[in-house]
Amino acid sequence: MTRPRTVTVDLLARVEGEGGIHIRMEGREVAEARVRIFEPPRLFEAFLRGRHFMEVPDIVARICGICPVAYQMSSIHALEAILGVTVHPGVRALRRLLYCAEWIESHALHVYMLHAPDFLEYPDAIAMARDHPGVVAQGLELKKTGNDLMTLIGGREIHPVSACVGGFYKVPETAALRAFAARLRRARAIAVDTALWARALQFPDFDQDHEMVALRHPDEYPLNEGRVVSSRALDIAVDEYEDHFVERHAAWSNALHSSVRSRGAYVVGPLARYNLNFDRLGPVVRDLARECGALPPLTNPFKGIVVRALELVWACDEALSIIAAWEPPPEPRVRCAPRAGAGRACTEAPRGILFHYYALDDAELVTAARIVPPTAQNLRSMEEDLTRIAPRYATAPLDELARRCEQAVRNYDPCISCATHALTVTVERRPA
Amino acid sequence: MRSDARRRPRIAVFKFASCDGCQLSLLDAEDQLLDLSGAFDIRYFPEASSRMLRGPYDIALVEGSITTHADADRIHKVRRLARTLIALGACATSGGIQSLRNWQDVGAMVRAVYPTPGYIATLATSTPISDHVPVDVELRGCPISKDLLLETLAALLAGRRPNLPAYSVCIECKRRGQVCLLVGADEPCLGPVTQAGCGAICPGFGRGCYGCFGPMESANVTALVAGLRERGLHGDVIVRLLRGFNAWSWPFRSGGDEAARAAAADEAAGDGPTGGGATAPAGGGAR
Repeated sequence: MTRPRTVTVDLLARVEGEGGIHIRMEGREVAEARVRIFEPPRLFEAFLRGRHFMEVPDIVARICGICPVAYQMSSIHALEAILGVTVHPGVRALRRLLYCAEWIESHALHVYMLHAPDFLEYPDAIAMARDHPGVVAQGLELKKTGNDLMTLIGGREIHPVSACVGGFYKVPETAALRAFAARLRRARAIAVDTALWARALQFPDFDQDHEMVALRHPDEYPLNEGRVVSSRALDIAVDEYEDHFVERHAAWSNALHSSVRSRGAYVVGPLARYNLNFDRLGPVVRDLARECGALPPLTNPFKGIVVRALELVWACDEALSIIAAWEPPPEPRVRCAPRAGAGRACTEAPRGILFHYYALDDAELVTAARIVPPTAQNLRSMEEDLTRIAPRYATAPLDELARRCEQAVRNYDPCISCATHALTVTVERRPA
Repeated sequence: MRSDARRRPRIAVFKFASCDGCQLSLLDAEDQLLDLSGAFDIRYFPEASSRMLRGPYDIALVEGSITTHADADRIHKVRRLARTLIALGACATSGGIQSLRNWQDVGAMVRAVYPTPGYIATLATSTPISDHVPVDVELRGCPISKDLLLETLAALLAGRRPNLPAYSVCIECKRRGQVCLLVGADEPCLGPVTQAGCGAICPGFGRGCYGCFGPMESANVTALVAGLRERGLHGDVIVRLLRGFNAWSWPFRSGGDEAARAAAADEAAGDGPTGGGATAPAGGGAR
């Protein structure tokens, strides 16, 4: 075989948004591996300028229909940092509950509908349901529980309307929240089953030495706040984020690629959170992790599905304890006196840390905005994984090679709508 | 669809510039998803399946707006492949929040976001699908209502017209027995000019409607703008209220432009600041 071969497999499936993979192979070696993002740029950071700060959470939610709460939370915290707002513990609890709902909805979507078909070799969850109806039904019930909790707190599951700078426009009825606990207990049981089911999947031997980055809170598994820490001893306040992380613009991409200054690629998301915060998961989830044979450090990105399942258990537990201890705040929101300045915040979106920066003028309008979504932070690590996984299937049929590469990208649950947008897999093979 | 009575309608889902939320509504129909996959032949839905079959299709669900040359070409291909084209959501039916670029210098916006603007190919405008090809059904909303999507699909299966609301959010608000925020609390609200379909969620949360379902048929935006100004709302605040998720659709667009002219005239007359200090921001807020 001396003729160079170029093979194009269409759009990358089962990810949010549209992008592609391009791999050029020379013999068994990968000469180039790129995750291409051709989702059209929507220019949020530019049109946020001149908007009132109260409009920001609703606008940035529209960056992503899968994790709108993450955008609302990071923006609200950054803006409250500027305005010097301190919220009531009840508001803080309700924000965490809303975030748990999004984790449940988003993780259930990824585990069951996007990622499981890779392991069981189906094109989608619908085809999977023909042979595994019980598994898919469980996944749908889990996802629906997350969505219904979002709706209870935020009015609808996509782009909820209740969260705002200073608190909430309205908090849910206490009785309705309490009544939801039964649903969460069922969801929790499903999440435990999910973890035990996921551990039995076949994982390729693929341990990677990625630097992992997540938030770390003094007592809690991280959600709304914490310091930014890494597996290589980074430990900084969120305000120092820009001193330690840089974004690069690649010609093949409508997303910016992040790296740790002077080091390079890093990973955010469930695997990073889990490895860096295992001690914050609580004894029950830790025991379950042991039972799943998933004790940290977990460095195989393919095992992200097990970690998502364990985080599902944690999110159900956390939601249940928030509801059990729920006392509504005296006022749903505090009023914010105008103050010019700049503020930053980082929260743990389902896919990893989401950094927001805003500057406000004294007329309460945004003068600058910067948003670093989790997927942009993972792009370089995805490309590194592709470089290492492709040679293993160098002689395999091309569709097998392409399928493995796609799966390696799906490990990260990439949200291309977030990172900007369409994934096409192109595999180009040349003789060595 | 009569001639295909024995064949399941072939359906495809396409994405343009958008957040993915409207097509996610299909996957969020957890109770109906497996039935839907029995009633329809889902042939192309990349977000959900790696099985991607070529057209033609009976139904194309199209999410997102047109913001690039490539997409302006692609939508024509989609139209040729589909018998019925359904535009999903604010981006596809109005250009979406990203249509705010239509009032600005896109080159400057790209330079503000990307360090190497030369790598970015984008159009100066974000426009709805109907600006490019004929659209058979438009489902409004940011995001769409899952129930109205299911109603539309059921109607197509039955060969009837979908039953979509043509009245304002005010009607839904009254049905829910909610107190009018505009009259009762002086809260700026787009309910009177916004098409129903959401269930009047925002007024239910004590905040004014921000118009995410876009203008209802024959909406009198001019009267609303005049009324808001009479209530002392600054022109800039009204402009921001109308320039939201459906900024580019008439008459939100004309109303916003009108309010912008009025605000500029006020300012020329030396009438107050442009900020939100003493006035309420869009979407109800810090007052």
